[in-house]
Amino acid sequence: MKRGRLLGAYTGLVIAYLCLPIFVMILFGFNDTKGRYNFTWQGFTLSWYRHLFDIGGLTDALVNSLTIAVFATILSVVLGTTLGLAIGRYRFRGKAGLDLMLFAQIATPEIVLGASLLSLFISLGVPRGYVTILVAHVMFCIPFVAITVQARVVGLDRSLEEAALDLGATPLVTFRKVTLPLIMPAVLAGGLLSFALSIDDFVTTSFNAGQTSTFPLWVYGASRIGVPPQVNVMGTLIFVVGVGFAVVTAFSNRQTRGGREVGAR
Amino acid sequence: MTVTEGGVSVADGAVAADSSAQDVAAIELVDVAKDFGGGADSVQAVRQVDVAIRPGEFFSLLGPSGCGKTTTLRMIAGFEEPTRGRILLYGDDMVGVPPYRRDVNMVFQSYALFPHLSVYDNIAFGLQRKKLGKSEIAWKVQQMLEIVRLEGKERRRPAELSGGQQQRVALARALVNQPRALLLDEPLAALDLKLRQTMQVELKRIQREVGITFIFVTHDQNEALTLSDRLIVMNEGLVEQLGTPHEIYEQPATKFVAGFIGTSNVLQGVVDRIVGARAVVVPADGEQVLVPATGLRAGQQVELTVRPEKVVIHAGGEVPAGERSAVRGTVTDVTYLGTSTTYTVSRGDESELVVFQQNASSPTAAARPGDIVWLSWLPEHSYVFASASHDSRSPDTAAAS
Ligand SMILES: Nc1ncnc2c1ncn2[C@@H]1O[C@H](COP(=O)(O)OP(=O)(O)O)[C@@H](O)[C@H]1O
Ligand SMILES: [Mg+2]
Repeated sequence: MKRGRLLGAYTGLVIAYLCLPIFVMILFGFNDTKGRYNFTWQGFTLSWYRHLFDIGGLTDALVNSLTIAVFATILSVVLGTTLGLAIGRYRFRGKAGLDLMLFAQIATPEIVLGASLLSLFISLGVPRGYVTILVAHVMFCIPFVAITVQARVVGLDRSLEEAALDLGATPLVTFRKVTLPLIMPAVLAGGLLSFALSIDDFVTTSFNAGQTSTFPLWVYGASRIGVPPQVNVMGTLIFVVGVGFAVVTAFSNRQTRGGREVGAR
Repeated sequence: MTVTEGGVSVADGAVAADSSAQDVAAIELVDVAKDFGGGADSVQAVRQVDVAIRPGEFFSLLGPSGCGKTTTLRMIAGFEEPTRGRILLYGDDMVGVPPYRRDVNMVFQSYALFPHLSVYDNIAFGLQRKKLGKSEIAWKVQQMLEIVRLEGKERRRPAELSGGQQQRVALARALVNQPRALLLDEPLAALDLKLRQTMQVELKRIQREVGITFIFVTHDQNEALTLSDRLIVMNEGLVEQLGTPHEIYEQPATKFVAGFIGTSNVLQGVVDRIVGARAVVVPADGEQVLVPATGLRAGQQVELTVRPEKVVIHAGGEVPAGERSAVRGTVTDVTYLGTSTTYTVSRGDESELVVFQQNASSPTAAARPGDIVWLSWLPEHSYVFASASHDSRSPDTAAAS
């Protein structure tokens, strides 16, 4: 009994610890702040929601961040899924090297990758901007998608695909009707991770952005003179959409999981 | 298989296939072999299989684990290409044809039901690939659900079904396509004993109902003997014997078959003389075993077999008389099993014979451990094994190996 209460209290504290910053962020989006700083509570207002897009530079930066995140997600999901299928299913020359490289990419400090990428772009004479940010984001997202998908593919019963072929489905139809639906939870999870990584990436982006601004870059720049409450509002909206996606993914995961055990028998 | 308007019942389709190809084998394997991997560590999964399976037949591949049954079946389905030989489906060579263009369907050991699809969509999968109309698909699926007795379960996911029901869905999903042959890889192995026996009966009923050729893989000899019209016994990638269950049981062609199917006694001896159609084999002084003389000559060393239930035990000093095989030995063990008694009789040369004796209403004198007894049986109950273990090997492979 006592133990249960202790555990409950501990759990509550951890949750509070995790949620407090988010709570503060949401709360200060409603703060009726007067000066340049949004640090002390001065009363409730909805005006920042109404004037969300009043700061031109911030809005442009947010649009850049969102579009880059969408493109980076799409590209890394396509490239990462095919890569994950390949390393999860086939044995080929250089597979061990590829596995290692994916983990090395995740393990290498981002600041090193960002700096090296910059020197690569400079030596190739590529002008820095929107496209180089996108290239950089796709690069660091691919391993996350590939590794999530690989884990799912390894657990997939090969005979499911053979059954589809046996029933007259061509390899392409087999992929569309059987393989893809079964690895979909992993693809979605990888995509969600990619979106989250891309939209708030600061380190790599700061090296490769050139004159282009993104949401994190703009906020960092503004922090020296005072962050406007619109930033909190945007953060809140991104958070809400992100949580929404995560819930949907978790739900679709649960729906297919029961079946997966049957397939693995 | 073509489909006429309004759909064709499964049985009609199969009958049409049969009559159009009366004398052609449904499936014929000609000198088929399969090696996995190249070079030094290659595995000869299938060394040589030659067999012709008739239309409408319930045909089994029986053998111990690892003997190449699954590999043979997968070559027929098109998942493996044979290293050598030809696979004919109603006379057409299938080698090189991908699985999705072969008119055979497979029931997987793991069932391999699509977990993300309902029972209905699982069964309809093959028909949808053939681009049949919605109503025709619905009609055929419904009919199939009736045959496998799963009406009302079409909205369920596979995970919501019991093992036996999943098995039926797997069967229905394959059969609904009216394949020219249905391949089953140990489909009952995952079920518990009771359910397995029920499904054996079901399988036989369904096969009779749809009239489709079944090629059934199992390592369970009882299952194979119960269900099959004919079967092959395989060992180490080779066919040991082809025959009806009766032939395989009563006349095992090789020592391997005799040992694998039921309990068998194996005796060794020298052919002493040929008397008419019979050869007299003398395992030891004073003993004789009578066997068909075909292919035997005097002086030849042979191995032969007799089933335990064919042997009569002569207790109390009785001596067998007449045209019977007779050997002697010392009773070492007597096990009373209610309706029958099992005797183990040890012979001079260290070999043992097992004898099953029905416990009749008026029992003859029972033998006891330590008794020296005669054992006898009729000449037609002994079979001489071919000298090579693999007698079904054709001369050219025998020379090559
Ligand atoms: N894909 C494969 N690669 C290598 N060896 C295999 C493969 N499939 C089967 N084998 C080997 O071939 C032999 C026959 O296997 P299999 O046909 O599965 O036997 P069975 O179904 O009779 O148990 C076994 O020794 C097995 O290890
Ligand atoms: Mg097998």
